[in-house]
Amino acid sequence: MSEKFVHPYIPNSNPKIQREMLEAINVQDIEELFASLPDDHRFKGNLELPKPLLSEASLKKHVHGILAKNQTSSEYLSFLGGGCWNHHVPAICDEIANRSEFLTAYAGEPYEDHGRFQALFEYTSMMAELLDVDVVNVPTYDGSQAAATALRMACRITNRPEVLVAGSTAPNRLSAIEGYLYPDIKVKHIAFDPASGLMNMDDLSGKISKETGAVYLENPAYLGYMETQIQTISALAHQNGALSVAWADPSTLGILKPPSNYEVDLTCGEIQPLGLHMAMGGSRGGFIGSPDEERFIQEYPSRLFGIAPTTHNEWGFGDVAWERTSFANRENPREFVGTASALWGITAGVYLALLGPEGMRKLGENCLKRTAYALNKLSALSGVKAPAIGRNFFKEFAINFDDTNKSVREINNQLMENGIMGGHDLSKQYPQLGESALYSFTEVHSKEDIDCLVSVLESIIRR
Amino acid sequence: MRKRKALLFEMGRSGRQGYSLPSCDVPEKPLDELIPQNMKRTEPPEMPELSEVEVVRHYTELSTRNFGVDTGFYPLGSCTMKYNPKVNEEVAVLPGFAYLHPCQPDKTAQGALELYYNMEQHLKELTGMKRFTMQPAAGAHGELTGLMVIQAYHRHRDDHKRNKVLIPVTAHGTNPATVTMAGYEVVQIPSDERGNVDLEALKEAVDENTSALMLTNPSTLGLFEEEIIDVAKVVHNAGGLLYYDGANLNAIMGYTRPGDMGFDVVHLNIHKTLSTPHGGGGPGSGPVGVNDRLIPFLPVPLVDKIDDQFYFDYDLPESIGKVHSFYGNFGVVIKAYNYVCMMGAKGLKQASTDAVINANYLSSLLKKNYHIPYDRIRKHEFVLSAKPELKKGASAGDIAKALLDRGFHPPTVYFPLIVEEALMTEPNDTESKETLDAYAQAMEEIARDIDEDAEKVAASPHHTVVGRLDEVRAARNPILRWQKE
Repeated sequence: MSEKFVHPYIPNSNPKIQREMLEAINVQDIEELFASLPDDHRFKGNLELPKPLLSEASLKKHVHGILAKNQTSSEYLSFLGGGCWNHHVPAICDEIANRSEFLTAYAGEPYEDHGRFQALFEYTSMMAELLDVDVVNVPTYDGSQAAATALRMACRITNRPEVLVAGSTAPNRLSAIEGYLYPDIKVKHIAFDPASGLMNMDDLSGKISKETGAVYLENPAYLGYMETQIQTISALAHQNGALSVAWADPSTLGILKPPSNYEVDLTCGEIQPLGLHMAMGGSRGGFIGSPDEERFIQEYPSRLFGIAPTTHNEWGFGDVAWERTSFANRENPREFVGTASALWGITAGVYLALLGPEGMRKLGENCLKRTAYALNKLSALSGVKAPAIGRNFFKEFAINFDDTNKSVREINNQLMENGIMGGHDLSKQYPQLGESALYSFTEVHSKEDIDCLVSVLESIIRR
Repeated sequence: MRKRKALLFEMGRSGRQGYSLPSCDVPEKPLDELIPQNMKRTEPPEMPELSEVEVVRHYTELSTRNFGVDTGFYPLGSCTMKYNPKVNEEVAVLPGFAYLHPCQPDKTAQGALELYYNMEQHLKELTGMKRFTMQPAAGAHGELTGLMVIQAYHRHRDDHKRNKVLIPVTAHGTNPATVTMAGYEVVQIPSDERGNVDLEALKEAVDENTSALMLTNPSTLGLFEEEIIDVAKVVHNAGGLLYYDGANLNAIMGYTRPGDMGFDVVHLNIHKTLSTPHGGGGPGSGPVGVNDRLIPFLPVPLVDKIDDQFYFDYDLPESIGKVHSFYGNFGVVIKAYNYVCMMGAKGLKQASTDAVINANYLSSLLKKNYHIPYDRIRKHEFVLSAKPELKKGASAGDIAKALLDRGFHPPTVYFPLIVEEALMTEPNDTESKETLDAYAQAMEEIARDIDEDAEKVAASPHHTVVGRLDEVRAARNPILRWQKE
């Protein structure tokens, strides 16, 4: 028998208790319980893992040591965005996300998990208002998965094998979308105008065909500018029997029209801006919204929560069209549903409940005005081309530094020395933009912060 | 006493606010100059208007109407609902992690990269695999990533005919959907009378079109595949690869490793085995490990180090690309890392030992009143069949609801499909003997109640916060969102 030790997480690890239990099941030695493991495949050594720390105090010391090697936006003034944004996270969001009844729950039914069902129903209802759609799913892993699933849904609905995707789509997202759609759905890219960034309508007209299941666009685009042709793109998709799918940033929708207002069929996006920490890009959830039509409902792989009144006339909640999910339809599934981002759905709901319509409008105004101010200031710097592409920006834009004779890397290094994290280096993702970086400005950036960036940049460029 | 809970939409008043945004201190510009014509929202969304305290009370009350591991025993089969250590929560939300941006230069995120790197070393050791990616956000995502890697491997060898994936009927529930998503055809493999993969049926099904076999070992019956050596041989001899679904790794840590059993790809559910909370359905994390020949196909980036500097390596020309917007659920990885540190090799083996003892102990208690098919020594879970109870008038689903009335979370019901009226029960390592005894006692009472008045049991639950749902009315008229009358 292996040597025992009493671990605080393992109540029966005390040898005396263990003996009692083994006796109850009529087993002399623990090894008998593992006799079905073929001897050849038994692991006979000791796993080379660190010695157990056993105490919270030692664990915290260890992890704090690792932590200390990170530099974050809590100490630095950061202008990084590009799919993960530095919005303020209200304290209540963390508080509710850490309620252990939500945190440590899982797949309960509407009876014992009435709270989770209601919170997610309210989240989807508020999202539906914000997106101006009838139906919103329980969150997917992230926005990339939501976009890919929306495209898969469109192809199933139209029974067509190909999608046309805006060439300006965020590169990471595009890579993930292509992976999700492979091998049965072909992804073709539509060119974008090098100056305006807008979708090249000639290229779209040339590529759209009877094979096209969906046309996909993003607003705002990854490089920060607004796509002003959504209505036209959507109409062209419809004329050709395809659906239109649009990516929207929910933080814009208190002040910008949602895609559904341009006849877009499926809206998708990422909920990280709604009260979720950046956390190295690891606190995310995706949404899909659509009209309340059978052809859409039946193609959602995700759970959809609806109202199911109880025998006592209370608000009860349940799964709508459960039989379409891979939980119920194991033999003939469309796409899987499983553990995704439920807790972040609840948290985003808390955020929306706090902000309400007026808060969302003010959030939008804040981003727009700060970004406009930053653009105005930065474009005045000599050698700086801001914006590098597009016009009409919500909370980010690309800046080109070619005429400063400095690389983004050099500039960002020098900004770091001054306590600033510069924009995301685009030189690898978009070689055609030269030495460019994507700068993001949200409600957390004050005038003083922006002025500080401008003056430090100015001195770096002059050096 | 039952109390009706209002919807958010029934609360609040026009003009209330729960936000405190910084005031806009930059020079004002008219919005019409900043938003293109016709792109400005005209109708505000009809969301509730609430103060902070109303929001806090609403969600706090909802949380009390929820059941988590911290509430009580949660023997949900194949979900490993073990205790989620509190210190891990504290660490994961520290500013040094929460305020990290994924696009920061590597040199400014050395702590995060080091943690990823360390975690990968630990997972390699635990499983016997050669490299891991942490990008998959949960188990099914890990499955899909694993299959994409397998697909890329076959494709790279110009072997394009392999269009089938074999799945035993006792495999983890999401497998068939994953296979479909990856563009493969599903071939189901039956079980033999001992609950193992039917080796003869497997031999028959395997051919030059076999891409892989996805195996959950121990299976969802809680049984270790006794003929795993032969199973591996059959698949490998046909040129197929062997995929390990790690949903049930909690049974075997330190006893055997998928890599040593001959598996080519492994996914782990670290939100199960390595103790991180399930979040009511995520975030989870499903790292994927591979053996040497599959490393080139893993998603980008991997984390490597030169001297003492850690970095993201994007230089993988054969990679399947990205499967997540960034690097997966970082917070979950931190929590699991903490768990591994607290447990060490010894603690992890002890966890598996106790998970197996607990499952065998609880099944021996329940056997007195219920039928347990495939009754042999099991690993971490077992499946009851409520077929005899159904004949008396109470189904597996009714028993589950009767358990709720007694303060226990029910097991997984109606899965695996090969057991009729299944109650898949996984007690895991963090439950005390007293809890297991109390659960067995409750199950005994339910069995007695079914004998005395099955109809009453079938009408459960009687003591939950809401009454029985009117599912007929809900199905006839589905209401998918709140809307003003």
